[in-house]
Amino acid sequence: MEQTLPRRSNKILSAIGEQVIFLGLFIRNVFKKGFEWNEFIRQCYIVGYRSLPLVAITGFVIGLVITIQSYPTMKSLGAQGFVPSMVAISVVREIGPVVIALICAGKVASGIGAELGSMNVTEQIDAMEVSGANPLQYLVVTRVLACTLMIPVLTLMGDAMALWGGFLGVNIGGHVSMTLYFNKAFNFMYFSDLFPAVLKSFFFGFAIGFVGCFKGYYASKGTEGVGDAANSAVVNASLWIIIIDALAAQLTNIFVYKV
Amino acid sequence: MGTAEITNGIAQDAVIEISHLTKSFNGRPVLRDINMLLHRGENLAVLGKSGQGKSVTIKCIIGLIEQDGGVVKVLGKDVIALEDDALKELRVKVGFLFQGGALYDSMSVEENLAFPLTRVLKLTNRKEIRQRVHEILEEVELKQTAKKMPSELSGGMRKRIALARTLIMKPEIILYDEPTTGLDPITSKDISELIRKMQEKYKASSLIITHDMACARITADRMLVMNDGVFIAEGTHEELAKCDNEMVCAFFK
Repeated sequence: MEQTLPRRSNKILSAIGEQVIFLGLFIRNVFKKGFEWNEFIRQCYIVGYRSLPLVAITGFVIGLVITIQSYPTMKSLGAQGFVPSMVAISVVREIGPVVIALICAGKVASGIGAELGSMNVTEQIDAMEVSGANPLQYLVVTRVLACTLMIPVLTLMGDAMALWGGFLGVNIGGHVSMTLYFNKAFNFMYFSDLFPAVLKSFFFGFAIGFVGCFKGYYASKGTEGVGDAANSAVVNASLWIIIIDALAAQLTNIFVYKV
Repeated sequence: MGTAEITNGIAQDAVIEISHLTKSFNGRPVLRDINMLLHRGENLAVLGKSGQGKSVTIKCIIGLIEQDGGVVKVLGKDVIALEDDALKELRVKVGFLFQGGALYDSMSVEENLAFPLTRVLKLTNRKEIRQRVHEILEEVELKQTAKKMPSELSGGMRKRIALARTLIMKPEIILYDEPTTGLDPITSKDISELIRKMQEKYKASSLIITHDMACARITADRMLVMNDGVFIAEGTHEELAKCDNEMVCAFFK
């Protein structure tokens, strides 16, 4: 124990150090001449458009399930009229951004980790480097920025689908018109609910892209390394999402709600 | 092994100079004080069994692996002392053919070949890029594969495209890492002959790392045999054939 503890803390510290260095390299390359616009747009398409069906279904089901589960309790309190507002606020503020980010961590971070890991194993990254091209600018900058931009868009899309899911949920047990439902849903929602949620989605997106790229770029050689890169990309990105969410909740309370 | 030439300072036409190179991994020495010269226009093969340090040597030459000791000079420049931009500039003059080809999976053959032209040489004229890509594809006799993805190509075709991607930059030096590994004897011979043809056409100096004597015989003017991190023999194919060293003889069996 006396020997393993310092060794373990050394490992953790060197892992943090490596990520800080990688972050530095990323920032340096973002501002370097020759931004890869075509690759960036291709990555936006892969991260954004290709995740759309998954995000839409997830969002819709979240809204539907929250409504179905909360409706009986709210009805017993005579507050069933507040179900649309409750669903809207909980989805927009917290559940939507976090669940969509976690879903994307599973889909996007693992994909990036596996792709770059496999490029590393098959020496494609080395090939780019020895040709005199800049693999960080081409592979890392484009993917991280695409995730940072696309995850908030997917979150908004997921939120919208959750509201539609909620609409179906309230109509299972009775009849509520679309106008009334959306009127009630947006009645108690303010810009201060939406803004911090969208803002934290940018950070979630950055974490997903950055962790995926880091794990893939430095994957150990061999096929096992690719699997490890994909797996640890999902685990680490999910962990970062939870940590960022906790920080965002505190900061929102302090700066937005002045609690 | 060229040490005398280096120490006597007569290595003026050398494009690669390696002196007293050492490298260890986890305390296990892989390269033990090796010296080597590659002269301008020369084709040199480094022969050796797997795991003897051949690939580590060329990765030190291109700056992908940092050596523990010694000096590696490429075109007169000390690789380890170069800043990022200077190293990139040097790498443009040095082609590298990877063992597995290392073609970019997500790009078609045409895009693979255009990649260094647009990213490194910064060419923007699409007509010129297309023309250069088609010219080089014609030279490696794979013009019909331009629109194909690397996954649709055979091992031999991938090696040819990888060679084309190296040659399209018109490098002064080409480093070949096991160019015939994983290929059947007929395809190996085809690739070796293609390398020879390209050497004659482009006049680039070549360093070929291989364990395939047939490939070395076709592609190289001079050979070095590496064993356990040191060079144990040097000479032409004919000279080495007469050598009585057991390890060297093994390559002729």
